[in-house]
Formats: sequence, structure tokens, C-alpha cells
Amino acid sequence: MFAVTASPSGLEQLWFALIGVLWLGYFFLEGFDFGVGVLLPFVTRDDVDRRVVINSIGPVWDGNEVWLLVAGGATFAAFPLWYATVFSGFYLALFVVLAALIVRGIAFEFRHRRDDARWRRAWDRAIFWGSALPALLWGVAFADFVHGVPIVAGGAWTGTFFDLVKPYALLGGLATLSLFTLHGATYLGLKAEDPVRENARALGQRLAPVTFVLVTAFLGWTYLSAHAWHHVGLVPPLLPILAVGALAAVGWLIGERMEGWAFVATAFVVLALFTTLLLDLYPNVLVSSVRTSYDLSIVASASHPYTLKVMSWVALIFTPFVLAYQGWTYWVFKKRVGRPDRVEQPTEA
Amino acid sequence: MSALLAGISTLTLARWQFAVTTVFHFLFVPLTIGLSLLVAILQTAAYRTGDGAWERATRFFGKLFLVNFAIGVVTGIVQEFQFGMDWSRYSVFVGNIFGAPLAIEGLLAFFMESTFLGVWIFGRGRVSPRVHVLSIWLASLGTILSAAFIVAANAWMQHPVGYTIDPHTHQAVMTNFWAVMTNSTFVLEYGHVLFAAFLTGAAFLLGVAAWHLRRGHDTAAFAKAARVGVVVVLIAAVGTIFLGDSQGKQMETQQPMKMAAAEALYDTTSAASFSLLTIGNLSGNPIFQVRVPHILSVLATNTWDGKVEGIHQLQAQATKTYGAGSYVPVIWLLYWTFRIMVGLGILLLALGAIGIWLMRRRRLEQSPRFLRFAAWMILAPFIANSVGWIFTEVGRQPWVVYGLLKTSNAVSVISPGYVATSLIGFTAIYTVLAIIEIALMIRLARVPEAPLSPAEAESAPELVY
Ligand code: HDD
Ligand code: HEM
Ligand code: HEM
Repeated sequence: MFAVTASPSGLEQLWFALIGVLWLGYFFLEGFDFGVGVLLPFVTRDDVDRRVVINSIGPVWDGNEVWLLVAGGATFAAFPLWYATVFSGFYLALFVVLAALIVRGIAFEFRHRRDDARWRRAWDRAIFWGSALPALLWGVAFADFVHGVPIVAGGAWTGTFFDLVKPYALLGGLATLSLFTLHGATYLGLKAEDPVRENARALGQRLAPVTFVLVTAFLGWTYLSAHAWHHVGLVPPLLPILAVGALAAVGWLIGERMEGWAFVATAFVVLALFTTLLLDLYPNVLVSSVRTSYDLSIVASASHPYTLKVMSWVALIFTPFVLAYQGWTYWVFKKRVGRPDRVEQPTEA
Repeated sequence: MSALLAGISTLTLARWQFAVTTVFHFLFVPLTIGLSLLVAILQTAAYRTGDGAWERATRFFGKLFLVNFAIGVVTGIVQEFQFGMDWSRYSVFVGNIFGAPLAIEGLLAFFMESTFLGVWIFGRGRVSPRVHVLSIWLASLGTILSAAFIVAANAWMQHPVGYTIDPHTHQAVMTNFWAVMTNSTFVLEYGHVLFAAFLTGAAFLLGVAAWHLRRGHDTAAFAKAARVGVVVVLIAAVGTIFLGDSQGKQMETQQPMKMAAAEALYDTTSAASFSLLTIGNLSGNPIFQVRVPHILSVLATNTWDGKVEGIHQLQAQATKTYGAGSYVPVIWLLYWTFRIMVGLGILLLALGAIGIWLMRRRRLEQSPRFLRFAAWMILAPFIANSVGWIFTEVGRQPWVVYGLLKTSNAVSVISPGYVATSLIGFTAIYTVLAIIEIALMIRLARVPEAPLSPAEAESAPELVY
């Protein structure tokens, strides 16, 4: 069963791609949510500012999180062995992520329910940590997918928690943490009014070089260590180079107050980074650090064609509706969020 | 850690972990499903009539709905991933079939409810009143759809259909998606769960309104809410009971052991009687028992003298079919959970019936005893929902997928320390959340809504959070 050498069928490739798209959508959208949460203590002076920051993602964060749920569900259905191996293997890391997401989601809904400084400060802390930890750990996890975890035949796990925290994975985590934070800063630049907008701009300018160093190092390491030529996406290294170029421009775009372009640039870097990782992974879904023949491949972990066909039809019919109404909500809430106590400013966005 | 855990297996911990997280999720889920529909009804009435009382009722219950919704969402995230974490062998075995409804649920239902709820919370004054009403209806539809897919997945575990077993990988493989989605077990289970959810929402609406009516708060708004509550309680109680009864009959053919255990019926009997309660142990020699003749036969087979199979005979059959081992679930748990659920169902039916009778005589708001009863009955559906699931799921043991996969073969191969960490961690987080949520709900539920000024009613609220 597991020593499959066949190359993936068209359906299996399609589902690997679709799950990739779901993760990309998740990191693009929840990426800025996480960033906004991490920035919460740093771009605000008082409670009203903090409410501006939270309201900038208020109507959309839950919908953004659903991308994760669909990615998880689709992985379960299309690649059961991948789902089973990853989530039982990354047990403790996933537990921390889930705990963080629970506390963060509750914080958004509960903090404004009482007008009490201590109550609100506690929930603000929950939002910060609930955003920072997943932003870090998703990077660690994706780096581990690519660089290998201690699995043997059939996806059986042999390692411990500490096999997951290697230098490469830690660098990956720091890269995503800083990148999502920067992405959040450009989002706030687009969605908030002064003073939050101005604070986010100043912070973004300082964060951009740090992110540049971390992401470039991570992408460089990924590229140099891609051990076989079949890692299509990395040869030629077009995406990583474009990503690094876009990242270099972010600081400048923020400085020039080209807020729309700055956001486009951070979004592009997020997408390019994760696309690179997924292409590096292909045609596996999880690499074994023990021996190459233990790598968990798309073919070995995929569901039968019938399930994949049913799911393809469902996805084909319903995805357009989902994209249409999610897009529509961003349009409904396109107005910048500002302090009610400030004179209404003309807005450009 | 490992010293402390000596002797406690990953399996035991994983079962506790699953039971805790799922029962907790399902404490909030039915209220979300029920209240979203009821708030949609209230808001539609407000929109149609322009009556401020309907509008205040909408805002009041909308606020409670949102506090509850948040917990439903965050506890659901754990559900989505814990199959992979704790039950990885199960996940590999069922992924082909079970994963599909889960993924479809996300795509069809979760996107819908989260997106339109966002529009509903933040949209007043930004979208037209019509679109605002529509958004709560769509969110409600999303919750109803989400229940459909997850219950279809669960029904497949109770009664697998539309599959074959792959001879090489030993996985269950889907052969007929339509069969999975029209599973007879699913149809009844979905109906029962959905009516139970509406019942939960309606009993909540009625109970909270009753509490305020007794104290004379905003009687215009709360009388309206109470009337809606009474009507929906009655309809939903009838529906829940009717479908539950059909489930019992279906269970006799699909999972006879569950029925036998629910009645602690050890030997196959014709014209079987039903015990209302038992004192002493349930091993067949009770100290005291109240029995109603023939009723078990009627419940299980719809005939006065029908034959109901007993635990001993079923155990013997099962060892012949599946090999050695115990196929008897925890009898006392099934016996009592079933009786509590049915008892509460009958009480809720009484609540609805008395309410309607008082309403027809225009005495609903002036009947303090009824109002006090209604306020207490808020708790009933929550208890009935939890024991209902415990009954269904424990009664299926030792199977996790009935007849195909035993729970003991479904658990992940991981160290018990991991599972203990997440069991303790989630239980701690959930306990704290439950305390905060209930305290917050009670605080919010005690304060009626003030009327909006005309300017407020027109404008978009500046900062919602
Ligand atoms: C009968 C209904 C029902 C049942 C049996 C379950 N759920 Fe649930 N679930 C809902 C009905 C629901 C809901 C009413 O649709 C919720 C409550 C709050 C919400 O947003 O949706 C929800 C939320 C919810 C979410 C969060 C959705 C979001 O972020 O918007 C997830 C991931 C799950 N559930 C997953 C599960 C899984 C994997 C279950 C099985 C073990 C499960 N639920 C049992
Ligand atoms: C939300 C309502 C639900 C509740 C309250 C609930 C409750 C429970 C309980 C109490 C157990 C423990 C039984 C035991 O260990 O003896 C259990 C087991 C299980 N349930 Fe459910 N369940 C629910 C829905 C579901 C659904 C919808 C699924 C699948 C889609 C599911 C899958 C399972 C699995 C895999 C087990 C085996 C693990 C175990 O035995 O503990 N449950 N459930
Ligand atoms: C007289 C009334 C009732 C009867 C005869 C009844 C019957 C049943 C039966 C036979 C089952 C098990 C189905 C199976 O395992 O295959 C069940 C499960 C369940 N019941 Fe009830 N029930 C009644 C009232 C209620 C009430 C009032 C509620 C909640 C408000 C409720 C909530 C549930 C839930 C959540 C489940 C688990 C899901 C399922 O299997 O459908 N029930 N009920």
C-alpha cells in the first residue's frame, strides 16, 4: 500500500492544488487578522483606538477562519492519511493553536460586553497571544512538512515534540510571524483612520526590514536545500525572487503612502511564500526525515476517485457563490473605521 | 506526567477528551440553531410592523444569541481537528466517506453563517433594512445546513451505507454519495436534532421572557416574545417526540443492542413491558420497579405483543458474527439517559400545551405559576440534548462505526501524555469559558433593552466591538 511509486492522477493533482488554494486563502485572509491582533497593543493609545483596530476586522475575521476549517475538512476527505498523520503528529503544537484560536475568538465577542478596564485589558492580552502564537506555529508546521518529520512506513510517527522545533522550522515560524504582522500593518493602513493608520504606518516601516531579512533567509534556505530537481516550483526560482523583490518594495511603498500597493505587496509575499513551500512539497504531502522511501506521497494518502469526483462537483458548483458573497462583504464594509470622537475626515480608500 | 498516568490508556483519555469537547460544543449549538431562527422571526415581525416592541425583542435576544454563538464557533474548531489528533486510525478508515460531509459543511454552511452574521452584526445602517433581515435568515439557514452535514456524518457511523471496504487498504470507500445523504438513520436523526434545537431556542425565549414578565419589565416586548416562544415550543416538542419515537423503532432493527440496554432487558420477550423507573441495580433483579405492560413492545415494534430481543441473545449473536468480546454497552447509563430525555420531552410538551391553553384564554402574562415554571424549563432542553447524545453514542459502543470499526481500534497511536495534556487543557479552558459565558448571559438577560431614539435607529453604529 505505501510503497507507491506511481505519479498522481489528474484528480489527485487537482485536489492537492485545491487544498493548496484553501491554505493560501487562509493565510492571505487570516494573515492580516493575525497581524492586526499582534499589532493591537502597539498601534493604540486608548480603548477607543483599540476598538477601531478590532472593528477593522470585526465583520470578516470569522469568515476568514472558515478557510482553515474548509482546508482541514477537505484534507480529511481528499487525503485522509495526510490529515491523520499531521494532526496526530503535530499534537501539542496543534493543541496550542486551537487553544489560541478559542481564546482569541471569544475575546473579540466578549471584550466590549463590559465597560471595565481590567476586563478589557485581559481580553486584549488574549487577542495578542491568540494571534501571535498561531502566526508563529503555522510557519513552523509548514516548514516541517517540507523539511521532514520523523515518520516511518504508513505515516507512523516515531519522534517527539522536540523533533518539530529545528532551526529551519523556527526560522519559518519567525518569518511567518513577522510577515503576517507586516501584512496586518498594511491592512490597517488601508482600513483605519488616524491615529491608528499613522501608527501602523510608522510601525510597518520599522518592521519591513526585519521581515525582509527573515523571509529572505527562509526562502533562501528552502531553495538551497530543495534536494531534488523534481521540485518544479523552485526551478527556476522565479517565485522566491519575485517575493523577495516585492518585500523589498514594501517599506518604500509604506513610506510613499501608497497604501493600496503596500497591501497588495504583502499579500503577494504571503501567497508566494506558501506557494513555494507547497511546490517544494509536491508530489509528497509530508516528508520523512528518517528515509526518503517513507515520504508520504499524494498517491499513498489520497481518497478513492469516487470521493474526489463528488467533492469536485460540490466545489465547482458552490465555490463561486462563496467567493461572491465573501467579496461582497468586503465591499459593504469598505469604509475606513475611525474614532467616533474625531471630526469625519475625507477618506480615499 | 507518565507516572501519574500509569495504567490510564490513550484510549480512555481520548474517549474522555472527545466526550467533554463534544458535549460542551453541543451545549451551545442547539441554542445557536434555535435562536437564530427565532431572532429572524422577531426581526421580520419588527420589519413588517414597524412596531418598537418587536424591535426591542429582536435586539434583546439578538445580543444573547451573539454571546452564545461565539462559544459555539470556537468550540467547533476543536471538533474539526480532533478526529485527526486523537482518532487517526479512525480518520484513515473513514476519511473517504466521513470527510466529504465535513468539507461540504464548511464550504456550504460555515461560510454562509459566519459571513452573513458579520453583515448582521455590523450592517445596521450600512445595508438596507431588507438586506439586514435577509442576512439573519441566511445565517439561520447556514446553521440548519451545517447540522445536516454533520448529522449525516454521524448517522453514517450509526448505520453505514453506500460504501465498500477496499481489500488492499482496508479503508471504507464511498460508492454512493446519494445513499450516504439519504440514509434512513440520517433522516430521522436530523429531524430529531433539528426539532430539539428549535425546542431549545424556543424554551429559552419563553423562559427569559417569562422571567421579565413576572417582574413587569417591558411587558409589550416580552409578551410578544413569550407568545412566539409558546407556539414554537409546542410545535417543536411534538416534532421531537414524534421523530424520537420513530428513531426508537428504527433502532430496534438497526442497533437492537442499544434498545435492549436502554430497557435493561436481559432476555428476549414478547409483549414486553416498559419500566418507568428502577431502584436497585439493573442486573435483572431490581428492588423496586414501576412497569407499564406492553409499552416496550409498542415503542420498539409498534405492535402490542411484538418480540423485543434481549441482551443475552444479542451478545451471543454478536460473538458469532464478529468474534469474541463484549458487545454490551454501559447499561445503567443508557437506561437513565433515555428516561431523562423522554421525561423532559414530555415536560416540554406540557409546557407548550399549557402555554397555548393560557394564551387562548389571554392569561399567559398573568399566570405567575406558569411563568415560574417556564423560567425553570430553560434548563430542560440543555439536559435533554446532552443525555440524548450520550445515549446515542455510548449505546453504539464498542463500535465507533457500527459493525465495522471498534472504538479501541480507532484511537491514534500516541503517548497518553499528549492526550492528557489536551484533555486537561481543553477542560480547563472550557470550564473558565462556561463560567464567564453563563455569568455574562445572566447579566445581559436581566437588563431589558432601552428604546432607540429615531436618530440611532437610522444610523450605523460607530464601533460595534
Ligand atoms: C446539530 C448540529 C451540530 C452538531 C452535531 C455539531 N455541530 Fe458544530 N456547529 C453547529 C452545529 C453542529 C452550528 C450550529 O452550525 C455551529 C454553532 C455555532 C456556529 O457558528 O455554528 C457549529 C460550529 C462549528 C464549527 C465552527 C464554525 C465557524 O467557525 O463558523 C466547526 C468547525 C464545527 N462546528 C465542527 C463540528 C464537528 C466536527 C462536529 C462533530 C463532532 C460538530 N461540529 C457537531
Ligand atoms: C454534538 C453532539 C454529539 C455529542 C454530544 C456526542 C457525544 C459523544 C460521547 C459522549 C461520546 C463518548 C462515548 C463513549 O466513549 O462511550 C462520543 C463518542 C464518539 N462520537 Fe459523538 N457526539 C456528538 C456528535 C458526534 C458527531 C456529529 C460525530 C461525528 C460526526 C461524533 C463522533 C464520535 C466518535 C468518533 C466517537 C468515538 C470516541 C469515543 O468513543 O469517545 N459524535 N460522542
Ligand atoms: C419523548 C420524547 C423523546 C423520545 C422518544 C426520544 C427518542 C430518542 C431516541 C430513540 C434517540 C436515539 C437514536 C439513536 O441512537 O439511533 C434519541 C437521541 C437524541 N435525542 Fe431524543 N427523544 C425524545 C426527546 C428528546 C428531547 C426533548 C430532546 C432535546 C431537546 C432530545 C434530544 C436528543 C438528541 C440531541 C439525541 C442524539 C442525536 C440522535 O441520535 O438523534 N430528545 N432520542
